[in-house]
Amino acid sequence: MTTGQVRGPAIQVRALERSYGELHVLRGVDFEVARGSIFALLGSNGAGKTTVVRILATLLKADAGTVTVAGFDVARQAANVRESISLTGQFAAVDEVLTGRENLVLMARLRRVKDAGHVADDLLARFQLTDAARRRVATYSGGMRRRLDIAMSLIGNPPVIFLDEPTTGLDPRGRIEVWNCVKELTVRGTTVLLTTQYLDEAEQLADRIAILHEGRIIAGGTLAELKQLLPPAKVEYVEKQPTLEDVFLAVVGANSQDADPDAGDRSVGNNK
Amino acid sequence: MTTRFFGDTALLTGRSLRHITRSPDTIITTAVMPIAFMLLFVYVFGGAIQTGSGQYVNYLLPGILLITIASGISYTAYRLFLDVQGGIFERFQSMPIARSSLLWARVLTSLVANVISLVVVVLVALLMGFRSGAGVLSWLAVAGILSLFTLALTWLAVIPGLTAKSVDGASAFSYPLIFLPFISSAFVTTETMPGPVRAFAENQPVTSIVNTIRDLYTRQPVGTDIGIALAWCLGLLAVAYAVAIGIYHRKIS
Repeated sequence: MTTGQVRGPAIQVRALERSYGELHVLRGVDFEVARGSIFALLGSNGAGKTTVVRILATLLKADAGTVTVAGFDVARQAANVRESISLTGQFAAVDEVLTGRENLVLMARLRRVKDAGHVADDLLARFQLTDAARRRVATYSGGMRRRLDIAMSLIGNPPVIFLDEPTTGLDPRGRIEVWNCVKELTVRGTTVLLTTQYLDEAEQLADRIAILHEGRIIAGGTLAELKQLLPPAKVEYVEKQPTLEDVFLAVVGANSQDADPDAGDRSVGNNK
Repeated sequence: MTTRFFGDTALLTGRSLRHITRSPDTIITTAVMPIAFMLLFVYVFGGAIQTGSGQYVNYLLPGILLITIASGISYTAYRLFLDVQGGIFERFQSMPIARSSLLWARVLTSLVANVISLVVVVLVALLMGFRSGAGVLSWLAVAGILSLFTLALTWLAVIPGLTAKSVDGASAFSYPLIFLPFISSAFVTTETMPGPVRAFAENQPVTSIVNTIRDLYTRQPVGTDIGIALAWCLGLLAVAYAVAIGIYHRKIS
């Protein structure tokens, strides 16, 4: 882990405000993320999730409030914050002209990681991209790009990772691939702040969830705590119908990990 | 911090140079228009244009070289725009790297790409009969002026690259630059132009740069033109650099 960290939460946000001209996007946001946990910031489009992430990642200045990441103040110790974080933005920020391996090696060199080639090969294997390593990223599927994108974020083992809507635009299989990657991160002690508009994604991944609405966190806690905000569950007996997602994944083969263009055909064949 | 700056700039320049080596068509594309103009003016209009003694292609080449640069730097704006649009710009900015290295990498890549395009255009001109008795020093001076002009226009191209809202907007700014040589001494002598047009032509940057380059490779004394040409290039470079860096700092803070 990076040196210079102090004890305490990985991310601490207090009374955070930010406006774009007349538009008051964040009106006093407060939350904390414990080390090694996955925290989901849930909200509809335009709720300000990306604004929060951009402030945390030192890309945007706050109008008011204090934000610390890995013990460093984002306004006064931006360089230290950048040493401690990795940002995976809303659109897979990969270089399409380079191959997957070249993308990883570039990141590793920029982060001054020793033995960049070795680190790249390890990550390619871990994210099931070894076969595609020497192909240009322009030929990758959406799920593969996202996996590469997340792999690029892991270089140098930053203790805090921001994932801004990591599964937007992915097909169901791509989403599950990404979810598996994210779950694996916390095994290694990484803190993950995830933004999403998909409720099931927050349910699947997050230790704690905060709902951002009209510039404020209007509810937060574990999934169980959030469920207690509603009246106790009534017991009803309903027939368990498979969801369309269950059907889709059963037909195309949910086990097939590689989103190669022709992987779909192969797995359909396997299921017959 | 400075070693970090040079190291990061070198890494990122390597990245953007790969964009060029992997799609050489972009260099071809930027060189096609100036070559087309050169063919058109030498073989279609050239016979009717009076520029004094000597081959018309010799008269024409300096202006064509400036058009090559103007067309080349629109590619710089386009690639920079794609970096900003695609999110890779933000990814780099959120990393512990020297923050201006991303811009410098694009600028250095632009210089390399334009040098290649210029060499291609000069080779075509040689095939078309361009000849020069200029010595090594004169050619070095020509290369120096063209590099300075490329650098100035590249920093100008950084501005739309950072601020454009669309791909078209990012490259459209270069059209007036491409046509500026037409209202200069690049294609015809300015003496035949009507008063106000002539006044504009003789006092805009292209004319002094074109005259300087032409004098250098026809082995004429360069006169006062070289001073005016350098002043235009350095002035444009200073202003474009200051504005581009200003926009950049506002964008990343």
